[in-house]
Amino acid sequence: MLSVVLTCSKLLTAASFRVELVSINSRAGGREATALYFQIAWESAPSVNVYTSSIRVSISGSLRRGRSFKTTIGSVTGLNIKAVMSQRKRPSNVQSSQSKGARHSEVLLGGGGGDDDDDDEDVTFTQPSTSQVQRGLARLTPAQVDLKTAEVVQFIFVKDQKKIPIRRADIVKHVVKDYRNIYPEIMKSVGRTLDTVFGLMLKEVDVKNHVYILINKLEPPGGELLNMTPSNPKIGLLFVILGIIFMKGGVVKESMVWNTLKKLRVDPGDRHEDFGDVKKVVTDEFVRQRYLEYVRIPHTEPLEFEFRWGQRADTEVSKVKLLEFMGQLHDQDPQSWTQQYRDATSSQTVPVSQR
Amino acid sequence: MARPLGESHKRFLQTMMANGIVDGDKARALHRHCCETHGAQYTPDKLDEFIEVINAQLQPMFMQIRKGLSEEDGLQYYALVNMAETDVTRMSADYADNELELFRKTMDLIVDSDNGTASSTDILNCADSLQTKKLKKKETEHVLNRLVQDKWLIEKQGEYSLSTRCIMEMEPYIRRIYQDQVKVCHICHNVALQCQMCENPTCGIKIHTHCVARYFKGRTDPRCPSCEDFWPHEIPEVYRPPSSQSQSAATEKTTPTPRATGQSRKTRRS
Repeated sequence: MLSVVLTCSKLLTAASFRVELVSINSRAGGREATALYFQIAWESAPSVNVYTSSIRVSISGSLRRGRSFKTTIGSVTGLNIKAVMSQRKRPSNVQSSQSKGARHSEVLLGGGGGDDDDDDEDVTFTQPSTSQVQRGLARLTPAQVDLKTAEVVQFIFVKDQKKIPIRRADIVKHVVKDYRNIYPEIMKSVGRTLDTVFGLMLKEVDVKNHVYILINKLEPPGGELLNMTPSNPKIGLLFVILGIIFMKGGVVKESMVWNTLKKLRVDPGDRHEDFGDVKKVVTDEFVRQRYLEYVRIPHTEPLEFEFRWGQRADTEVSKVKLLEFMGQLHDQDPQSWTQQYRDATSSQTVPVSQR
Repeated sequence: MARPLGESHKRFLQTMMANGIVDGDKARALHRHCCETHGAQYTPDKLDEFIEVINAQLQPMFMQIRKGLSEEDGLQYYALVNMAETDVTRMSADYADNELELFRKTMDLIVDSDNGTASSTDILNCADSLQTKKLKKKETEHVLNRLVQDKWLIEKQGEYSLSTRCIMEMEPYIRRIYQDQVKVCHICHNVALQCQMCENPTCGIKIHTHCVARYFKGRTDPRCPSCEDFWPHEIPEVYRPPSSQSQSAATEKTTPTPRATGQSRKTRRS
C-alpha cells in the first residue's frame, strides 16, 4: 500500500479542501514512473490558516519511492508531490502535525474510489480534554463551528438515508477533520440542532466502537400522516418477521422465520419481485441496519442461526402497536396474549418521544 | 432570534424530507394534519408563513423548503432543497463518477435543446464518449431508470427532461454553469427549459408554457410582451388539477396521488 504525501511550499489558507485524483498516467518502458494529476477543490472560502489536513489516499500502482512530481494546482503553484512507501497493509493512521506558522503543510491525500467505511478504527482519536476544547474554541469563530455543525448534520442524513449506522470515526475522518479538538462541542451542537429543528436524536448503539443511529423523537405518524410518507415495501416484510419474533418471546430459530415466510409466498430461496434476494435482505440488510440480529446458535451441527430484534427495532418500533396489529390480523384482543402484552407494556417504559 | 419549532413544524419537515417534493394541495393538507396531530393552532392559507418559520431554522443547515412551478403542468410544488452544494456533487452519495458525468451530459443536451428534452438515443451516444469510465447501453439505461426513480429526471416516450425538483434544486448551479446559454422566462424570470419562443428574430424572448397559458389567458390577439409581434404558438389552457371544479386540459399529473386505502405502499418513490 502506498501513501502519497503532498507538501507545498506555501501555507495553504483554506478552512477545508479536498484533493481529487484526476488521472494517473503510467509510462511504459521499464521505468516505474507515474505522473499524478491532482486538482484541489476548495470546499469553503479561505478564512483560517490550516495546519494540517487529514485526508489520506491509498494508491495501488507503481510509484517509485522518492520520486517527486511538479504540479500546478489551481492557483496554488509550487506544489510538490512525493511518493512515500509505506510498509503497512492498512493505510497509516492520520497524523495531525500542528505546525503553526510553518512555511509548509503536509497533506495526506485521501478517499478516492474506495468505500468510505474503512476497516481501520481511528485509534488515535481520543476525546479531547475540556481545556483542549476551550483552547480550540477560542481560536475559531462561532460561524466556523456552525458551518462544521451543518456539515456533520448533512453527513448524518446521507448515511441515515440508507439506514447505515454512523460511526464516530467516519464523522471525524470525513467531516470534522481539523476541528477534532473541538469535536465534543460540535457534537453537542449537532445534537441540539437535530432535536430542535428536526425532532431527531442520535442514539449510540455500540458504545465501544461509538456507532450511532438516528431515531425519531416524534411518535410514529398515524392516520392521514401515514399516507403521506412514502414507505419501502421491505418494511412490510420486516414487520412480519418482527411480529414472529415478538410473539415467540423475543428469539426464534431461523427455520421458523423461513417457514412462515414461505406460507406467505415469500421464499428465501427464490428471487422475489419486490424484495429481490430475500435471504440477503433479511440476514444482511436488516441486520446491518440494526433492525434484526442474526446470531449463531452455539454447538449446533449443522450451523443454525436465530433471530432477535435489533437495536433500531427496539427504539423505533412500538411493541404495543405491533401487538394491536397482530390483534387485528387474528381478530383477537391483544390482551389475550398475556405474556406478550405484559412484555409490550413493560419494556417500553418511557418512549423516546415523551422524554 | 429565530422562532423555535413546535412538533407540528418538525413533523412537516420530516415528511418533506421523506418525500423530497410535494404538490401544493398535498403541502396544504400536510400543514393541516401536522397542526391537528400535534395540537398546534392551524390557520388555513398560512402555509407559507408556517414554512418560513421552518426555513429560518433550516438556513444554518443550508437547506430550504422552496416553492416553485413545474414546467410539466404549471402547478405549484414545494421541495426541500439543499443550498450547500452548488453542483451535482450532492448526488455523489448515490451515483458513481461516470454516472454523474452522464447526468451532466444529459443536462447539457437538455439545456441546449429547443424543447427542454433529450432523446434516449442522444444520451446513449454520450455514454460512449465519457471521459471517466464508459458506460454500456444496458448500464446507461439502468442509470437513467435510477435517475427517474430518484426524481432527478422525467421520462416521457423516450424523451428525458429535468424534473421539477431537479430544476428547483439545481437552478443556481444551472445558471452558473450555463450562464447565457440557458433560456430564461421573460415573465417569471426563472430558468425555462420547456418554453415557447417569440419568432421575431430581433426579439426571441422565451416564456414558460405554463406562463404563456396564464399570461395570454382569454386574449384573442396574443402579442409578444417585448416586441408586440403576434404570438404564433398555440396558447395552452391553464391546467387545473382534477380536484378543482372548472374544466381542465386532459394532461396527466406527473406525481401520482397516494392511495387512500390503508398504507400507501409505493414500490417506487415517485
